Amino acid sequence: MRASLFITCYNDTLFPETGRAVVHLLERLGVALEFNPGQTCCGQMHANTGFRAEAFSQAKRFVHLYQNAEAVVIPSTSCVAMIRDQYHGLFQELGNDALRQQFETLLPRVYELSEFLIDRLGVDDVGAYFPHRVTYHASCHGLRGLHVGDRPFRLLSKVRGLELIPLENLDRCCGFGGTFSIKNAEVSSAMLSDKLHDVLSTQAEYCTALDNSCLMHLGGALHREFAATRTLHLAQILANTQTDPAEGAA
Amino acid sequence: MTPVDLDPRTAPPFPQAALPILRNTQLRKNVAHATDVILAKRARLVAEKTDWQQLRTAAAAIKDDVLGHLDQYLVEFEERCTAAGGHVHWASDAAEARRIVVDILRAEKATEVIKIKTMTSAEIQLNPALEAAGIKAVETDLAELILQLGDDEPSHIVAPALHVNRSQVREIFARRMGLAELTDDPEALTAAARAYLRKKFLSVDAAICGANFLVAETGAVTIVESEGNGRMCLTLPRTLIALSGIEKVVPTFRDLEVMLQVLARSATGERMNPYSSLWTGVTAGDGPQNFHVVLLDNGRSPILAHHTERQTLRCIRCAACQNTCPVYRQTGGHAYGSVYGGPIGAILTPQLMHMDHAQTLPFASSLCAACYEVCPVKINIPEVLIELRAQVVDRERKQAARAFDLMYIGMRVANSIFASAWRFRLAQRLGRIALRPFTRKDGWIHALPSLGSRWTMTRDLRGFPDQTFREWWASRPKEKS
Repeated sequence: MRASLFITCYNDTLFPETGRAVVHLLERLGVALEFNPGQTCCGQMHANTGFRAEAFSQAKRFVHLYQNAEAVVIPSTSCVAMIRDQYHGLFQELGNDALRQQFETLLPRVYELSEFLIDRLGVDDVGAYFPHRVTYHASCHGLRGLHVGDRPFRLLSKVRGLELIPLENLDRCCGFGGTFSIKNAEVSSAMLSDKLHDVLSTQAEYCTALDNSCLMHLGGALHREFAATRTLHLAQILANTQTDPAEGAA
Repeated sequence: MTPVDLDPRTAPPFPQAALPILRNTQLRKNVAHATDVILAKRARLVAEKTDWQQLRTAAAAIKDDVLGHLDQYLVEFEERCTAAGGHVHWASDAAEARRIVVDILRAEKATEVIKIKTMTSAEIQLNPALEAAGIKAVETDLAELILQLGDDEPSHIVAPALHVNRSQVREIFARRMGLAELTDDPEALTAAARAYLRKKFLSVDAAICGANFLVAETGAVTIVESEGNGRMCLTLPRTLIALSGIEKVVPTFRDLEVMLQVLARSATGERMNPYSSLWTGVTAGDGPQNFHVVLLDNGRSPILAHHTERQTLRCIRCAACQNTCPVYRQTGGHAYGSVYGGPIGAILTPQLMHMDHAQTLPFASSLCAACYEVCPVKINIPEVLIELRAQVVDRERKQAARAFDLMYIGMRVANSIFASAWRFRLAQRLGRIALRPFTRKDGWIHALPSLGSRWTMTRDLRGFPDQTFREWWASRPKEKS
């Protein structure tokens, strides 16, 4: 089958290895991937900071770029939540009927990565090998926005060699919240401090998630502390096989 | 301790108000402990209801019906309550409500009044007005008593003294009640409060309460509580004044079946509140013979006009959102500069202030949506937060001073970058070059200037990699498709 990869602006710029892992993983599973070079941002940062008109123009751009895609795969829970939860309201307020129509027909073809693997491809064993202690951080947008449920756990449970350590207070936010981490940097850091305590208590080598924005927050603090735990997007674990170890995850 | 200011018109911005609290180890420990206890009880009791989600849906539907026909239901309540011997007053704002209450008590020649916990009275800053009128207000709810004697302010809607622990309570009681020997044993503390309050219950002839629900169909007023102080205040004095926000009305008596179930489980993690009092007007020879209800608008009716924001008024003040909020967990309620702290306060307070004050509150959230998940009346708080953020930005961006605001400049530049792929590619390259001087040999950034320092104060940032994803994609050998 064919799918179009919406890599998201921050993965494209800051976490290209996550994008490369998604490509390796999906091509290994027989998906013909496309990359529309016109893509930029879903509009989440502007929408969540109150810049509605700007968010609208980016949302419109997304719909126009992907209206003919067979499926759109996005390795970021918060960007998918933006599309599912906020585009409708933005188009209701600032769009027209044609745009709303285009969006409604596109929406069922938009998948977060773990949804695409389990719901669309119907696989939970992707043939991955990752002999490490790993804990999973449930990003708020994945947990309460997309209701990804047990999908990441099903995927992780089939990874050979992987030891999954449960994370305490799984449903609690890490304190990132986009521009919240700047506008309310001190409170955000206090939340992060609690989360770090839980992550470090697992003594896992890797903390994984379906969203690099939380991992950028957690990973930045772990790096500051010279902690033994590193962050890694789930795609990079799933891309890893016995014969073909993923970059940076050895 | 910095003095607590819960007047949204004068309170400092949220990030600033949060700072001293983040350094208050005792308060943070108290808040985290107390909210953990309530949350665990709530989770247990919600789990035993197989129809919890249907109850939430029903509760939201009841409140939506109310908010859609508020004019009818309030007039119906007024008619029924008046017919049963009560007096109903309409207060458009805080000043009018204060005047009504003071006038009633003056007519009764009251010099003292006993109070049941009412957040609405704190909202209208009633106690200072009573004091100015020569009327002493005595808080009878244990938590409110602690705050009153300790010259402190409420930090939680259901448990206003949640930020205070029992050794602090002991200190306050010992000092203010003259009980040097008092221990911090919970039984000793409640016994001290009981002895102190009992005298007031038996001697004061006027009481003020809030209202959990007003029943339009019958004219009844409902108060739920845990300590029995409410039952005392509602039955012993001759004069009783109930102060209620206009959104507290429900259409029928039957609606309480749903509302009382979701409220008790959400607020205190109980199947039913220990004391549920319902009364209708005046009963000759039994209970208060002079009964008044003050219906308070104070910024509520404009909220009705907005499609998204209207759901704010579904709130039944259970505080489940406060208990589950990871922001509130760190800061407690005082940082919100309003009697309504936590997620509900972040959306309610600025709206009650017509968006003229408390504009930092809608941004005091990571949008994690834990509040929405627990809300018994399904208020989509993140959705309202985002709507209010947009209103703040729409207003601020017209101000000349914002032309030099880095956040506004950054957002405008980012939008122009995201509007075209070539500009985005260029920005990625320029960003890589611009960040190079800040990037250490290990590829990480440890310190950034200006707004970036708000990030690097506690977290490192990985420097831009040498190749973006799209550059890598473009460099792949073209395959057969």
